Parts: sequence; C-alpha cells; structure tokens
Amino acid sequence: MAIKIENLNYVYSPKTAYEKVALDKVNIEINDGDFIGLIGHTGSGKSTLVQHLNGLLKATSGAIYYNGQNIYSEGYNFKELRSKVGLVFQYPEHQLFGTTIFEDVAFGPSNQGLSKAEIDERTRKALDMVGISEDLYESSPFEISGGQKRRVAIAGVLAMEPEVLVLDEPTAGLDPKGRDEILEQISKLHLENNMTIVLVSHSMEDVAKYANRIIVMNNGQVKFNDEPKAVFSHYKELEEIGLAAPAVTYIMDGLKNIGFDIDVSATTIEEAKKEILSYISRVQ
Amino acid sequence: MDIIKTDNLVFEYVTTNEEGDVTDVNRALNNLNIDVQKGDFVAILGHNGSGKSTLAKALNAILLPTKGSVIIKGMDTRVEDNLWDIRQTAGMVFQNPDNQIIGTVVEEDVGFGPENLGVPTDEIWTRVEKSLKDVNMLDYRTSSPNKLSGGQKQRIAIAGIMAMQPECIILDEPTAMLDPNGRKEVIQTVHEINKTANVTVLLITHYMDEVIDADKVIVMYQGEIVMQGNPREIFSRVDELKSYRLDVPQVTELAYELKKAGLDLPDAVLTIDEFTDAMSKYLKG
Repeated sequence: MAIKIENLNYVYSPKTAYEKVALDKVNIEINDGDFIGLIGHTGSGKSTLVQHLNGLLKATSGAIYYNGQNIYSEGYNFKELRSKVGLVFQYPEHQLFGTTIFEDVAFGPSNQGLSKAEIDERTRKALDMVGISEDLYESSPFEISGGQKRRVAIAGVLAMEPEVLVLDEPTAGLDPKGRDEILEQISKLHLENNMTIVLVSHSMEDVAKYANRIIVMNNGQVKFNDEPKAVFSHYKELEEIGLAAPAVTYIMDGLKNIGFDIDVSATTIEEAKKEILSYISRVQ
Repeated sequence: MDIIKTDNLVFEYVTTNEEGDVTDVNRALNNLNIDVQKGDFVAILGHNGSGKSTLAKALNAILLPTKGSVIIKGMDTRVEDNLWDIRQTAGMVFQNPDNQIIGTVVEEDVGFGPENLGVPTDEIWTRVEKSLKDVNMLDYRTSSPNKLSGGQKQRIAIAGIMAMQPECIILDEPTAMLDPNGRKEVIQTVHEINKTANVTVLLITHYMDEVIDADKVIVMYQGEIVMQGNPREIFSRVDELKSYRLDVPQVTELAYELKKAGLDLPDAVLTIDEFTDAMSKYLKG
C-alpha cells in the first residue's frame, strides 16, 4: 500500500478569528498503481489534502503512512518523501525559471546528489515522457506554447522519478486538444510506468474517463470514495455539494425518462454509444 | 450600428534585443474582420495561442493595431483621445478572479470603477446596488471578497464593470479557474445581463458547452478567423473543429458518433432534450 491517511485533521489559523477546519477526520487509502480522481467544489479541502501527501502541510492531528511508515514519526526523511511523492501545483508553468528547458527540468535531480550522467539521463527521460522533443531542449521555457510549458513543468517533477504523482488541476486553462494531450500523457505514465496517480480535477468527464476510483471531498470531509460509476450514480447528491455527473450520465438518464429500457451507468461517450446501440438492436 | 468592428486587423508582437534591433516578429492576428451588433452574444473559440486574448486586448485599446483598425461604437482605438470612452464602452473581465478585485469590501470594489469616472457619490451607490442585483450578489455587499467562492468573485468583477454602465463586456476565459457550479453561475449571469440590460457580450472560452446559447460563434486558429456562424452551424462540423484543437459538447459528440455508426440522426444535436427527441423519432421512424 502506498499511502494511508488516518483521522487526518487540519485547521487553518487555529485559535484566531480566522480559524477554519479544512480537513475533518479524513481516512483514505491509496494503493500502488491506483489512478485516483479527487473532486470537490472550490474550498472543499482538495488542495489542502494533496499538500499533506508530501509533507508540505503538517496535519493538526492524525497520521499519514507512506509505504507503512508514519511520516510524522521522529526523524522521518521528508526530503526522500518529496522525491517519492511528486506534486504538480495548479498553473505549474508559473514556476518555470531555467534559461533553457533542459536546465529547468534538470534542477530537481541535480539537487538529489546524482552524477551528471544520471541527471542528464533522468532529464531526457522525463522530457521524453511528456512528449517534448530534443530540438526544444535548448529553447527558453518562456517561448513555447501554454500546453508545452505545462508539460515542461510536469517533466520537472517526473525527473525526480516519483512513485506517486499528484496533479492539482493540470488541465486548467488549456484548450480541448491540450487537455487531451496532458491527460493521455498522465494515463501513459500510469499504464506504462505503473505510476500511482492522484488527479485533482473539476472535470467530471476527465475523472470518469481515467480514474479507477473517485474521492469526493465536501467541507473537509470525504463524502464518497468509490469506483466512478458508483460515485456518479449519486449525481443528485453531487449536485447538492456543487458538483455534477459527467454530461453522459444526464443523457442516459434523459433516455431512460422517455421510456428507453437502458442501463444508465455509462459515464463516457464510448460506453454510452455501446449501450445505446445495443438497446437499439434489441428493440428493432 | 456595429458596436465592434475590426477592419483587416493585424497585430504583431515584436521582440527586440538590447540594441533595439528587431529579432523576431510574431503575427498574432492576421487580417481579422469582425462585426458585432449591439445586443449580440458572441462567443470566441480557439486553441491556446490562437490570438483570442490578443484580440480582446486590441478591442479594449490595451494593444493597438499593427495594421488595420478597431472601431468601438464609432471610435478608433488608435486615437488617444478616445481611450477612456472606449474602455468605458467596452469593459473587460479576466480569467483570474483574484487579480481583479481590489476592494476590501464587495460594495467598495464595485464602486471603484464609477468613482474613477467621476460619477457623483449618490449615483455611485445607486449603480453599485443595481449592478450587484444584476449579478445576484446584493446579499454580499458588505462581505469581504476574500471569503467568496471563485464564481462569486467573478460575478463581483462583472458587477464592477456593469457599474461603469458599459455597452459591451468582453470576458476572457472567465470560467477557466472555476468549479462546475461557479462556471454555471457566471455563464448564467452573463446571459442575464445580455438579455435584461441589453449589454453586448463577447465571451472567450475553451468550454464548448458555454457556447451553445450564443447568437454567434467565431472560431480562431493561428491568428485567423476560420469559422463563423451560429452554434448549430459550428457544431455540425465536428471533424473540422477537432482539426483546430477544439471539441464539441459531449451530447453533440455522442449523437455524431451514433450517426457515424449508422443511425439516422440530425446534425448538431446541442442539448439533451434535442438528443432524446431525436432518439425517440429515430425509433418510431
């Protein structure tokens, strides 16, 4: 098991007028090889939660176990944790600073006490993983497109060779093609490199398509923690907490309401198409 | 009369070195011709770097044309004396709500614009109240903007523009940073002010489903206008849109996929009701 979160509480500005409980008795297990979709409205505690995963925020109470070890135990090696759990922030391209793309991505591994050859190898590998070709290595990271910048920023985290990759809304502000490209790259890391993924997203369509499990946060608590179809079957409750189901769920529901005897659990276009075609061949 | 008109608008970003020599020229807008009528709701779609934001800035005289012209309600953006009138006619709302709120109290933030226009105090308060009502945020007039959700902040930003009584609002990806509810709130608000206050709206977005109720859609690709039409015309051309790095709403895509699989369905199904209608007709037919 990769990460186990036990009774985690986090309070912002405790004992002041601004005191706010951001995480309230959170219990979550993330297994090796999981692809978790983490959803919740703005202020539900998603970003606070993910910042605990690599020790950036320290819980007010509770415990987090990484590979069986409590990260709050004395003498725990946070530096190592941060290289194992890679965190990609919102708008990570704002953190680019290198004069060349290669230099920017190499920054992480060059602080891990590696040889120059190893740093080079990791940097190339990371850039290759996000689909940045060699002819761009010497370009400035500020002269490329928005989608490319974001991929370079993600490569900067991948170059540390994390076991768990946590991404906080990695597709915000990208055009539809750019969104698909980033998500396909992430999915590839999951499938080919068996990387554990935690994807924070506002897009129900995206988490439905890629995640094997969805965790729904509301008011600092875990509201649902189940496979996508099971979570989206509660779409009325999701709406009450500012979320929704994927568009496809509403389409299938609409068909059911006009008398189609179909299974409404489809969450992706592919699944919906299959179910509708099979229904039609049944009735015709 | 056109409230917005561009005539062969060209804009180039020019890079110079330390000596002032031109090292690079990037043509972001290439011969754009746009007409927007008063009261229209126009959506602009386009990939990252297609020139959408550059266009928005050119319409508001933040950027001036390299060639061609931009005329806002008869005023040329190249004439410096027109600057204030242009910005008052065409207000802008940006992507990040946190970058455009300056007041510590909601009503003060909304009153900032008219105050700078020299509007008398009584009138400012009348406008603040009306604008907050327009965006459905009157209950929050004495709140701190920090405590609001992203969607609420964007509505405050819209109220701040409304208080300057513009004839046109340009919104540059106003929902990119919002959750589904916030997106819905903002888009609804924009449609309401378009209808009730007859404010012309230019909505720049990456979300296809925000576009289906627009009067007109303009698609940009690499600095040029490649498609123009109503949403149904635009979304009937699925493959073409995808070639421009864009997409269609999910319901449109599903209908399109079923059609490809041999079902006789109409082109460009835009809503779930249309979809269920089409499906039941198909089964009966």
